[in-house]
Formats: sequence, C-alpha cells, structure tokens
Amino acid sequence: MTEKNTNDIQKSDAANGNVSDEKKIVVPGELLMETMDYLPGKNCFREGNAIYAKKLGLLRTSGRVVEVVPVSGVYNPEVGDMIIGVVDEIQNAGWVIDINAPYTAFIPLSGVREFIDTNKTSLNQIYAAGDLIYGKVMMFSPSKSVHITMQDPKAKKFTDGRVVRINTTKVPRLIGRSGSMISMIKDATKCFISVGQNGMVWLKGENEDIAIKAVQMVEEYAHTTGLTDRVDAFLKKELGSRPAKKESPKESFEEYSKESASNEEYVEAKE
Amino acid sequence: MARKDGRKADEMREVKMEVGVLRNADGSARVQIGKTIAVASVFGPRELHPKHLQDNEKAVLNCIYMMAPFSTTERVRPGPSRRSHEISLVTKSALEKVVNLKDHPKAVIDVYILIEQANAGTRTAGINAASLALADAGIQMSDLVTSIASGKVDGEYVIDLSGDEEKITGCDLPVAYLPRSKEITLLQMDGDLSKADVKGVLKMCIRGCEKLHKIQVDALKKKWEAETSK
Repeated sequence: MTEKNTNDIQKSDAANGNVSDEKKIVVPGELLMETMDYLPGKNCFREGNAIYAKKLGLLRTSGRVVEVVPVSGVYNPEVGDMIIGVVDEIQNAGWVIDINAPYTAFIPLSGVREFIDTNKTSLNQIYAAGDLIYGKVMMFSPSKSVHITMQDPKAKKFTDGRVVRINTTKVPRLIGRSGSMISMIKDATKCFISVGQNGMVWLKGENEDIAIKAVQMVEEYAHTTGLTDRVDAFLKKELGSRPAKKESPKESFEEYSKESASNEEYVEAKE
Repeated sequence: MARKDGRKADEMREVKMEVGVLRNADGSARVQIGKTIAVASVFGPRELHPKHLQDNEKAVLNCIYMMAPFSTTERVRPGPSRRSHEISLVTKSALEKVVNLKDHPKAVIDVYILIEQANAGTRTAGINAASLALADAGIQMSDLVTSIASGKVDGEYVIDLSGDEEKITGCDLPVAYLPRSKEITLLQMDGDLSKADVKGVLKMCIRGCEKLHKIQVDALKKKWEAETSK
C-alpha cells in the first residue's frame, strides 16, 4: 500500500469520525523499513539495515519503535495479568488451573488468602475441580511454569455466571480505551462482566445472551474502525426489542466483588 | 512447444489461496493449484502429551500429511503409509527453518495437511497451505514458505507438472523456497536429471515460488482487509 492510499483511507475514516493509525496489515517476513533510525519492537526483527515482521498483524510505530500488533495467537502469560481460569485438578500442595494457554497454571497453598492446615481441611473445600477463579499471575518462569495468586484485592472465585472464550489478542479491543467498550456493554446490558487477559470473559446478569453476542461481535470485528458505534447500535437494537424489566441491579461491580469476597469468608468460617 | 493443457513452459496452473477456512483450528488455509487441493490446519502451541515427547528447549513441530480416500481415481487406504510418512517428514523440515519454536518450550504446534484432491504436486501444495495456516495461527515466523515442482517433459523444462505430465516423464524436482532469505528448505528429485538440468529446473522453480509468494501475501492480507472495509 502506498503512502497516498494510506492517507486516503485515513481521510475517509476521518470523514466518518473514526481515525486509526492501525491500518496496515503485514505478513511474516515482510520488509517494514530499511533504516537504522527505527528500532524493532515486538514481533519484529532486524537483519542488516532492514526491519522485518515476524507475525501476521497490524503495523504500529510509536516513537522510534516499530512493532507488529498480532491479530491471532495464543495467550502468553505476563506477571501482573489478571486472568480467569478453570480448576482442572487438585494436588497435594495446590490447584492446577486451565488458563486457555499452552501451559497450565498452578495456585500454591501460599497463593490463597486463608491459612490452610492440610491435615484438617480438604483442598476442594476452597476450590473444587471445575470452579472458576479470577486471579493474578504471580510468576512466569523461563521453564514456563505459571503461578497464580489469589492474594489480590481483585481476585475472587466466581460462584455463578457464564464464561466465553475469545482470542487473547482481542482483549485490549474488548476493554477499549480506558475501559470505554466494556463499560458500554456493562451499562447497556446491566451485566457484571470480568475480562481476563487470557481471553476468558465472565458474565452474569439478565441480558447475558445479548452481552455474549456483543463480546463475540467485538472479537470478530476487533481490527475494524468505528466498532464502538456499531456495538452501541447493536445493543440498542437488541435491548430495544425487549420489554424493560422493573428492577435492574444497579449495584456496581465493586460491590459484587465484596459480596463474593464474603462468600470466601463463609468458606473459611465453615471449616 | 505447447504443453498438453495449452500452458507455456513457465506457466503455472491456476492458483487459488484462501486463509481461515476452518472454524475450529487456530489457523487454516486452502490452496488449490490446478486440480490439486490441499487444506492445512494448525493447532497450538498447546500442551504436548505424552510428556516424554516434550522438548525443554523448544516447541515440537508436528506435521501430518494425509490424503483423503477419495482424492485420487483409485481409493487411497486411510491411515499412515510409507509415502505419507515421508512427505510428513520433508514438510516438517521445510517449515521448521522459519518457525520460531524457542518461544514455547515443552509445547507442540500441530500441522495437519489434508489432500482433498490430488493431481500431482500434492506435497508442494501442502507446504504452501501449511505456511499460510501457520501465519494465520499467529505463530512467529521469519518468513513464509513457498513451494513448487518443475521437471523435464519431452526435453523441455516445465514448471508445475500436471498429473498427465508426471505420468509421461517421471522426473520432477519439488522445491521449497524462502522468498525473503532466498534459501531452499526442500529439494527432492524423482527420476533422472543431469547437473545442468537440475540447475535449469531449479531456476524455474525459484521464479515460480516468487510468484506464489505474492499470491500468499495477497491471500493473508485479503482475509483481514476484506473485514476492515465492512
């Protein structure tokens, strides 16, 4: 694509009110630029004077760094990520979690809030197989073992609701700039939604099905411009055809967190 | 001299490439060259079981080539055969050079190539499809892999032999070529070619591969650009 074409596209987008610099799609091995003025960032590499792409994705330059934002691929854990996982297996010293990645994660006993005496308490009283957890990546070692901690104010166990899996590369789009997209879906559908960085999305509320459709719509059209408006229109259309319910849960997501935190305390008290 | 199907010596059969054809695979592609159709699907990187096959240094690339029972005029017995096993191996070594396996130790990247319809050049069509499917799956690669065969029919070098031509001559040279680094990752020879013949045929293959690379790039970009304009 020549520079002129790119400009034309940006102009026409500006006319529609959508401006995005993430336009050009590059393929592995494609020459990005032939200069020493730029540095190869994520998913790029330098050979001689030239910078090449390593992945299929969208080309982005920020300052002097060129990078490729992938449009597909698996989740690669990073320390500090909040992720959603399913308890797969219980071992002597913790829980094995499926986190929608090439590797399974582990919650050690030191990773939960309460002290556990394994002689008195069975581990499946805390988390049983099949439970959904929302935790933080504590460690990601070079040998690819992932440790999750639940000792985080946001961490919790989900006792109900539903989970959909989307591609992890679409998560930033689902959240939007400073949470614009996800809060729009939350407000419109009055659902509680938690998004894990690993592409697992938890939802609970009356209009779950519409919220799921909206999430899947974002996944499918993540790389297009003007998506927020289209999702907004979609939500209005879908919700408009439904009779308005009298009571709508107005409590905020934080309040729900507190509620589920007290659930965990209940488990502790029961022992 | 015109060829049996009216093509010029350096003219390939009609090539069609499509990316993202399978819903459940992480990456997929269909490549049609003349009457040969190959579908590749990529899964992973994902956990490798049984565990003793895991490599602590890098991911394992697992390629499986198979022919559909209905792909030729005579029924192909399903399941692995000596031939499919060999093609799986050469496909693996043709792709391994470009795929970044270091990022996912202990994991596996599965590449399944299914030949839906066979009319000569199935391994080359399979490699083209697998390379597209790997890129579609978001796997780090230093290059795309292109592949084509050329041979000698009636004393003349010809590219992309059809089934009929292959029957006449019996000598062809499948090549996999990396268009960016200009390296060759697959070179096999069936039949008898002299040193000069090999050089001539190889040159023809490389020119063909460069044409195929353009089609591959278009196919990959088309998948995302078509959706962008929606």
